[in-house]
Amino acid sequence: MIKFEKVTKIYPGSQAAAVNDIDLEVAEGEICVLIGSSGCGKTTLMRMVNRLISTTSGAIYIDGKNIMNLDVIELRRSIGYVIQQIGLFPHMTVSDNIATVPRLLRWDKRRIQARVDELLCLVQLEPAVFRHRYPRELSGGQAQRIGVARAMATDPPVMLMDEPFGAIDPINREVLQDEFLSIQEKIRKTIVFVTHDIHEAIKMGNKIALLNAGRLVQHGTPEALLTSPANQFVKDFVGADRALKRLDLLKVQDAMLKNPVHCHDFDQAEVISRLMQEKGLNYLLVCDSQERLLGYVNFRDIVDYSGNVGARIKPMTLTVRPNSNLKDALSKMLSYDIGIVVAVDDDNKLVGILNTMTLASVVGQTYDEQGGRWGKITAGGKIL
Amino acid sequence: MEIWQFFMQNWHKTLELAWQHAWVVSISVIIAMATGVPIGIWITFNDKAAESILYVAGIIMTIPSIALFGIMIPFLSIFGHGIGTVPAIVALVLYSQLPIIRNTYAAIKSVDPNIIDAGIGMGMTRWQVLFKVQLPMALSVIFAGLRVAVVMSIGIGAIAAYIGAGGLGRFIFMGINQTYGAMIKSGAIAVSLMAIAVDILFGYIENRLVSKGLRS
Repeated sequence: MIKFEKVTKIYPGSQAAAVNDIDLEVAEGEICVLIGSSGCGKTTLMRMVNRLISTTSGAIYIDGKNIMNLDVIELRRSIGYVIQQIGLFPHMTVSDNIATVPRLLRWDKRRIQARVDELLCLVQLEPAVFRHRYPRELSGGQAQRIGVARAMATDPPVMLMDEPFGAIDPINREVLQDEFLSIQEKIRKTIVFVTHDIHEAIKMGNKIALLNAGRLVQHGTPEALLTSPANQFVKDFVGADRALKRLDLLKVQDAMLKNPVHCHDFDQAEVISRLMQEKGLNYLLVCDSQERLLGYVNFRDIVDYSGNVGARIKPMTLTVRPNSNLKDALSKMLSYDIGIVVAVDDDNKLVGILNTMTLASVVGQTYDEQGGRWGKITAGGKIL
Repeated sequence: MEIWQFFMQNWHKTLELAWQHAWVVSISVIIAMATGVPIGIWITFNDKAAESILYVAGIIMTIPSIALFGIMIPFLSIFGHGIGTVPAIVALVLYSQLPIIRNTYAAIKSVDPNIIDAGIGMGMTRWQVLFKVQLPMALSVIFAGLRVAVVMSIGIGAIAAYIGAGGLGRFIFMGINQTYGAMIKSGAIAVSLMAIAVDILFGYIENRLVSKGLRS
């Protein structure tokens, strides 16, 4: 979709190239994150796509067409552009801001109005409330949403985003990133996304292009950057905790033990306590007949008890969903000071468990794709 | 009290002079605006011109008004307008240039470059950026310059009576010649009132024209 071919930029009066001989391809519907420390050329490279900066040599193609052969104004109008400080026009209402490019293209009023409302809904702002507000009446997060809506006004296939979440506080940034990713699920734009935050790059990028001093150091999936950094620079850039960063990429369901051992509330305590003794278990999960998680029992509580296990259940204070990411699960385990966390689906059905050993094996660099080491833990299997 | 008496006896003459005064000032400010704003815009594209033009406009401001009227007499005499309304208008236009040009220039220059970048990046032409983004955002500062120019012109316009341009300055000069205190004060008060009224009027217009989004 976007193809950089031996692109070089040397600013007038400068010896060193800001962007040096870069070859890069961004596939259709993909978010390509350009990352690097300041001055690495990432913003320059992005701004060359809509010709805000001219190339010194090399060529850039969009959809196979050399951008130098296109009318510069038309080119820019056909590319969505979101900048760092959002850049909303303060003298225009939200509606006028979003309508900027449609107006430049002389859409008729009704079509513009309809599109503005549609976009406001897409970014989850109530049109009737926000349409007539001015940017100064918006919070940072709201302004950012409008900035994205404005860039998508004419439904351009390509979008350029220059640190779009840079000015937002960390909590809202996470929310906006998640929202944007879910919008992207639907709209499938080809996006060049500039950031200096490796965490954001891993989260947002389908591909990451790491730049240093104008050169492309490594281009690949976030997974590839973390597991097989091309050189020491990449290693340093992604950080010593890159193994931990992989937790962002993985879901609970990738690491959990499926079909964990458990019993049912209607089971006899004597039977269960004997089985627990045999297997050397102190705790055991308890489900109802529909396999919904009820809680757990403690060996001490049932060993001298005759009756149903159900009467001695302790509630499970912490559960996670199989699709939440491993980092959240780990941080919950650490903050609740527990060695195990149970994954349940939306109906509260037991689907798996995570413990520190499984996490360690997933995070560890030598972890076995086949899950060999997990086998030992699951060896007991489903005992009931 | 004597001022009130003077007004009552001479209200007809007062209105006539006020009308003359307003007319000379209005023509001057309209011309000053029609020249100053475009010059102010133009020099935002041309930094070298900006420096010299602001310098010249600054120098003109420092010339005492009486002296400027005097300097112009020989030049404008060539066209048969050494004294009267024409030199008064020319002088007022010259004085008004600095606040108008300077404010226009500064206001446009101070528009956040990020916002201009957003405009260009979305595919606005240079002119569209100017008319849809920079000027609307600069409007309130440009207006502030116009207000200064108008209020100043009303004040300096009083001195133009000295070269036969008429206006409320007549009362002041005649009063001085005749040592007629009430007449001097009446002229001065009338000039002040006019300046205040016009300032309020401009404030009102500014409020209507400048986008609500720019009010803090």
